[in-house]
Amino acid sequence: MRAGVIAVQGDVSEHAEAIRNAAASHGVDAEVVTVREAGVVPDCDVLLMPGGESTTISRLLAEEGIDEEVRAHVDAGKPVLATCAGLIVASTDAKDDRVQTLGVLDVSVDRNAFGRQTDSFEAPLDVTGLDEPFPAVFIRAPVIDEVGDGVEVLARWEGDPVAVKRGPVVATSFHPELTDDSRVHDLAFFRQAYADAGDGGERAVDEGAAADGEPTAEADE
Amino acid sequence: MSDSESETDLEGLKRGTDLVKRGFARMQKGGVIMDVVTREQARVAEDAGAVAVMSLEAVPADIRKRGGVARMADPGLLEGIIDEVSIPVMGKCRIGHTAEAQILEATGADMIDESEVLTTADERYHVDKREFTAPFVCGARNLGEALRRIDEGAAMIRTKGEAGTGDVNQAVTHQRAIQRSIRKLSGMNYEERDEWAREHEAPRELVHETAEMERLPVVNFAAGGIATPADAALMMQHGCDGIFVGSGIFGAEDPQEMGEAIVSAVNNYDDPETLKEIAKDIGKGMKGQANETMPEEEKLQGRGV
Repeated sequence: MRAGVIAVQGDVSEHAEAIRNAAASHGVDAEVVTVREAGVVPDCDVLLMPGGESTTISRLLAEEGIDEEVRAHVDAGKPVLATCAGLIVASTDAKDDRVQTLGVLDVSVDRNAFGRQTDSFEAPLDVTGLDEPFPAVFIRAPVIDEVGDGVEVLARWEGDPVAVKRGPVVATSFHPELTDDSRVHDLAFFRQAYADAGDGGERAVDEGAAADGEPTAEADE
Repeated sequence: MSDSESETDLEGLKRGTDLVKRGFARMQKGGVIMDVVTREQARVAEDAGAVAVMSLEAVPADIRKRGGVARMADPGLLEGIIDEVSIPVMGKCRIGHTAEAQILEATGADMIDESEVLTTADERYHVDKREFTAPFVCGARNLGEALRRIDEGAAMIRTKGEAGTGDVNQAVTHQRAIQRSIRKLSGMNYEERDEWAREHEAPRELVHETAEMERLPVVNFAAGGIATPADAALMMQHGCDGIFVGSGIFGAEDPQEMGEAIVSAVNNYDDPETLKEIAKDIGKGMKGQANETMPEEEKLQGRGV
């Protein structure tokens, strides 16, 4: 499996380690590549969009021409895990013209919804699909305030969605890559989503052109 | 839409832990943190792609020219900049000035730089950074200094290159010194590492941790004298996780161009063809002053070891 970590800015090495660990626990050998320029994403089976600063990341994705490649990756039904700034960049609307969102995940987000860094926190969080609570680390984190059709909410914090899944895309407003617990990476890449992409990728490509950012119900869980 | 009514455990909520503080620093990796002295500059920095801004009263080059006692900036300036931008805002306190650090935290600073650029407030001790919820960044010229700061609670280390000079050579010297010591430690056995810790007055647990990880246990940025896209690329090639630029942006002929170019250079630090394009036609860099022509007593890096 070739895993691409978007590496224009943010906590890249943490995601690289987490995907390696998750893959190893399934006996899969993950080849991890960093994505700092165009031309790398098309050869990746899965993508990780790290935390960092969404203004900086979105700017560099556009400048390097990586943005279109990420959209094509999702249109082809291939898995993505986006965390924190990655979630903001993946969303359809960050309500802030300083961030150019990719629109690959039909949610709108509030940036820095919890306040400043002194309000950042860690806490155990129940996540659908995980037996035990996940040690979630929220750093100047966004919350999701609206979710589109077919978006499954996997976790909430005080009522607001903080982990979601839609088709091949899993996104969290917290940072699973900051802990040595790789269960969220496992959930994103080694459960249904990856299995689906394995045989459903071709089909998704055929439907992708028609879907064009408005995926049909069949593409959902 | 299917909802899972996940229950939240407010009891287990923790703020200001090492994980949360060091985690913040990790989010800055691969980024450029820019010094700003006004709201307008902060906006320019954000638009140029800065991951954070450092708010201060005067950039280091001007602090040098002005002389006198350099203190924490007016908290009103920090507040104004916080209103202006969506990226993290940092502030500088004097070395050992716990009260300035408390004021910065109360004002909403996302990170506090306990900085040799300002006049030292305590000749003997640094701020006890473990007491704070806000994370700190501290300068270091070598591994012993870096590990002492981490032991005091620093969540990020930066080189202590001569601020305000536009001369990168001291940042290079410090980064090389840190890397060389880490390589040396990695090749040592347990007793030798203990001995190294004693000789360098470095906390021994952190010495062992660093040797095993083969890197600093926190994020390591370059700072001091970085003035061009090539300087930024050089420091990334030396293994830094990101870059602070002080006087180099707003001391340049065209700050917006220079800012954007340095941000792009950090992303393309190992690609000379792209760096060539980035470095072209961006106007003059800051004038600066070469370190070798600077009298020892004017150097700032010896403050707070």
